[in-house]
Amino acid sequence: MIAIIDYGVGNLKSVYKALLKLGYNSKITDNPNEIDDAKGIILPGVGAFRDAIYSLRNKGLISTIKRNVNNDKPLLGICLGMQLLFEKSFEDGEYEGLGILKGEVVKFKKGMVVPHMGWNTLEINKDSKIINYINDKDYVYFVHSYYVKAQEDDVVCWTQYGNEFPSIVQKDNVIGMQFHPEKSGNTGLALLKAFGEMIQ
Amino acid sequence: MLAKRVIPCLDVREGIVVKGKKFKDIKNVDDPVKLAKYYNEQGADELVFYDITASHEKRKIMLDVVERTAEEVFIPLTVGGGIKSIDDFTQILRAGADKVSINSAAVKNPQLIKDAALKFGSQCVVLSIDAKKVDKKDKWEVFVNGGRINTGLDAIKWAKSGVELGAGEIVINSIDTDGIKNGYDIELVKRLSLEVDVPIIASGGAGKKEDFYQVLSEGKASGALAASVFHFKEIFIDDLKEYLKSKDIPVRR
Repeated sequence: MIAIIDYGVGNLKSVYKALLKLGYNSKITDNPNEIDDAKGIILPGVGAFRDAIYSLRNKGLISTIKRNVNNDKPLLGICLGMQLLFEKSFEDGEYEGLGILKGEVVKFKKGMVVPHMGWNTLEINKDSKIINYINDKDYVYFVHSYYVKAQEDDVVCWTQYGNEFPSIVQKDNVIGMQFHPEKSGNTGLALLKAFGEMIQ
Repeated sequence: MLAKRVIPCLDVREGIVVKGKKFKDIKNVDDPVKLAKYYNEQGADELVFYDITASHEKRKIMLDVVERTAEEVFIPLTVGGGIKSIDDFTQILRAGADKVSINSAAVKNPQLIKDAALKFGSQCVVLSIDAKKVDKKDKWEVFVNGGRINTGLDAIKWAKSGVELGAGEIVINSIDTDGIKNGYDIELVKRLSLEVDVPIIASGGAGKKEDFYQVLSEGKASGALAASVFHFKEIFIDDLKEYLKSKDIPVRR
């Protein structure tokens, strides 16, 4: 079972439905025991960084997430859920993130249309099991106004929008996707399939 | 590179897709879930469901359509038509939509844009504007209630204030070109694309492939929306994208 963490934001159902389509059993939950019992974790997210991190803290889920990551459980952060994994965000202020990955969240440079909304290409930087079923230059669906400055070693794919930014990151069992795989057609399903296989 | 979007729009009345000209002469076409799946396979980048159901009691049918679509189609889904409150937003997003499009209600109550953006994020608040040229100069005014009432609002100014309030995307529908199939209102779309810094989706007037090319290049739109040319199989999305690619427009294929 994959635990989809429910912390009061985002359209969690579409992640659930995409996993169901692939034959993966998942559960939308905010219960630490259920998250501990799951074989993998998805941290989704739509909305503001500050609200999301407050909500995770209020629900007491920060230590649950860190404990599971330290126990080598695969975790996938999607969109804001990826940004939360980093040390710090400058979205409307300065806020501390989970600090699981090294780097910070910054705004797109001036003059760019934000949100960066629509289909853009993945440019493969390094090999990883998560990209087993996709090809270089495949399109995925983005909706975001901030991006992550990550360690280059952790970048699996880059995407170009004004500048290049990391669209898939990975460090051991922790993966982040800046786009929405659950809304990225067959390419998105192929990425979720690969995540599911990391759990088996 | 960010792709330009091709977006079929499905006008849904009591659970059936319909299509008329200039907001009139409505006739039935197809089952929305079936069409959604078909367009997804053809390479549609997004889908828009526009609810034209008149009676409030029958609006629940739309939620069922959205829910069934979201089970099978994994691309972004926008729902519009008759949305008046935060509660309407909540229901539609819960059913599985990614964005909600508001039109007349936003004109009557601009605070709705702000409240929705704060609660759900700008990315899911789409401001849809029906505009009509009012004199020979470059001036377009905003019409509401299905194009029947002129509000006197300047369309460009209204788009800008909508974005300031929190709208994350603008759909601009030209009443002058809608249903005529003689091309989008390029001047209007271009003005908005240059003056408003969120994605602009052009709507109204697609008749041939060249119209899409023109609005995505000259008109600078982020996406082009169309209904009847797709429903009546006058243009196939995969052919259209092949054509756009040959003209150096970045498209997802």
